[in-house]
Amino acid sequence: MNWISDILRPRIKTLFSKIKEVPENLWTPCPKCSTLLYKKNIDEHMNVCSKCDFHMALDRQERFATLFDDKKFTEIEIPDVPADPLDFKDLKKYEARLKDARDETKEKDSASVAFGKIDGSDAVVFILDFAFMGGSMAAYVGEAMISAAKTAIKKKAPLIAITTSGGARMQEGIISLMQMARTTLAVNMVRDAKLPYIMILANPTFGGVSASFAMLGDVEIAEKGAIIGFAGRRVIEQAIKHKLPPEFQTAEYLMQQGDVDLVVHRHGLKSTLSNIIKILMGSK
Amino acid sequence: MQYLDFEKEVKSLDDKINSAGNKGGASVSEAQSLIKKRDSMLSDIYSKLEPWDIVEVSRHPNRPHTVDYIAGMVSDFVELRGDRMFSDDQAIVGGIGYINERPIMIIGEEKGNDTETRLRHNFGSPKPEGYRKAMRLTKLADKFNLPIVYLIDTAGAFPGKESEERNISASIAESIQACLDVSVPTISIVIGEGGSGGAIAIGVANKVMMLKNSIYSVISPEGCAAILWKSADSKKTAAEALRLTSGDLKKFGVIDEIIEEPLGGAHRDRPATIRNVKAAIDKAFKEMSKLSPEAVKAARWTKFENMTRKI
Repeated sequence: MNWISDILRPRIKTLFSKIKEVPENLWTPCPKCSTLLYKKNIDEHMNVCSKCDFHMALDRQERFATLFDDKKFTEIEIPDVPADPLDFKDLKKYEARLKDARDETKEKDSASVAFGKIDGSDAVVFILDFAFMGGSMAAYVGEAMISAAKTAIKKKAPLIAITTSGGARMQEGIISLMQMARTTLAVNMVRDAKLPYIMILANPTFGGVSASFAMLGDVEIAEKGAIIGFAGRRVIEQAIKHKLPPEFQTAEYLMQQGDVDLVVHRHGLKSTLSNIIKILMGSK
Repeated sequence: MQYLDFEKEVKSLDDKINSAGNKGGASVSEAQSLIKKRDSMLSDIYSKLEPWDIVEVSRHPNRPHTVDYIAGMVSDFVELRGDRMFSDDQAIVGGIGYINERPIMIIGEEKGNDTETRLRHNFGSPKPEGYRKAMRLTKLADKFNLPIVYLIDTAGAFPGKESEERNISASIAESIQACLDVSVPTISIVIGEGGSGGAIAIGVANKVMMLKNSIYSVISPEGCAAILWKSADSKKTAAEALRLTSGDLKKFGVIDEIIEEPLGGAHRDRPATIRNVKAAIDKAFKEMSKLSPEAVKAARWTKFENMTRKI
């Protein structure tokens, strides 16, 4: 489907699996520490394990709800893009993969954009959601990022982008690659309007997403424990023929390297964002 | 010269032509008829290349590389080195000079052509310092109003530990950003292999062109086969599915122009290939010379904003 979901170790793969599907009355183990957690408890903690603090996947609707005041937000309509431009088929048709992902997530594609208020300040939020084909970059994603930028400029509001993505969508080939240019163009538009562009790198963020709009934030925030990089761990280990240290490509490692400004716990994300927005927008 | 699998018959004719040519006398007419036969064979083979064959041609070791283009079409070249932060990455070579009397900046990925040069150029896979050098030179060109030529030829950015340590992601993203921002006319040409993020880092230009038998793709056919088909043996199928040829990309509107290659591919006649590239560059710069700096930048932004909206 997407290189990260196939290349990363299967252990990691389970970390992204949907917790939501567990029936109300069931307990579910934390993917990291295996502590049995009650569904209601997981919801209340924004999908963070109350025992080991592991940040589990959080789908886009839940993300929007955790950030916008009173869980109120308006999603913007993204213009249609060519469907299946390559007429791509591997072991399965791309059309069929898209349909499955749509049925499963009830979303059109991997990206969504919404606006609303964060602690009283206007904000536009773009989300790239791993739950839909590994959050992969497709023509729709470029279109969504450009729409997000234009909405921010029109509303004179900051643009916040949250990514969980394995990178390119191979089924869109070169069309996918071109979105690196288009999402970067969107960032440049917001920059020229002198509006804040705040990036939140969530788990995982890789490949063409990292190497374009995700690394261009005025402020780069990494969510606690997120794995972030360009090439996947296994690809690098194969290339250099030895093991990488366990902390390699973690949010905390990136902060130490000087690649992100801060690492934030999901529970503190909204207040951190709101503080940054208020300061950056204060002089305007 | 190295012959590809589908060129084996051409090799035997080439050998015969050479030995006939060496004998002189009556063999000259024999050689001429052999040449005619070989050329029609080449034309036949090259008109029926499958996507995987084109992948092989695009990686042919005798294909002209960035340093060959610089030597063959740029006069008074001055190489400019280093990213001013870490080191000089020779996987990207850049500098200033003239193409047809026009002062220009040229920046290209270089694979090298023997063991020593391949090592020096890291097989054409740039590290963060390579993209930061490209970005520095891009900004330098903008300051002095020099149009820029980018040459793309890479399997991809270098996927090593040090690349991650020095934030290869940010270096590619910032290079794309700089390519979008300049107000000078820019041309980006895929001369061999256009490998994913490592390619588009210097691939956002007013005019994007491909040599006919070059490829441009989000992932190598081998990588794609391993992931989607779970087997590297499916590389030919993947090469087809990825639609990575110049004809496909022109159809998608991702590139503006295809530059023809001599009979039998760029590797058979390097000087002719370089002449074709030089002519395409000159023509495009002439066309864009009428535009104001603001219009040049606006045209690039509009082009990429609309790209992939309609196919």
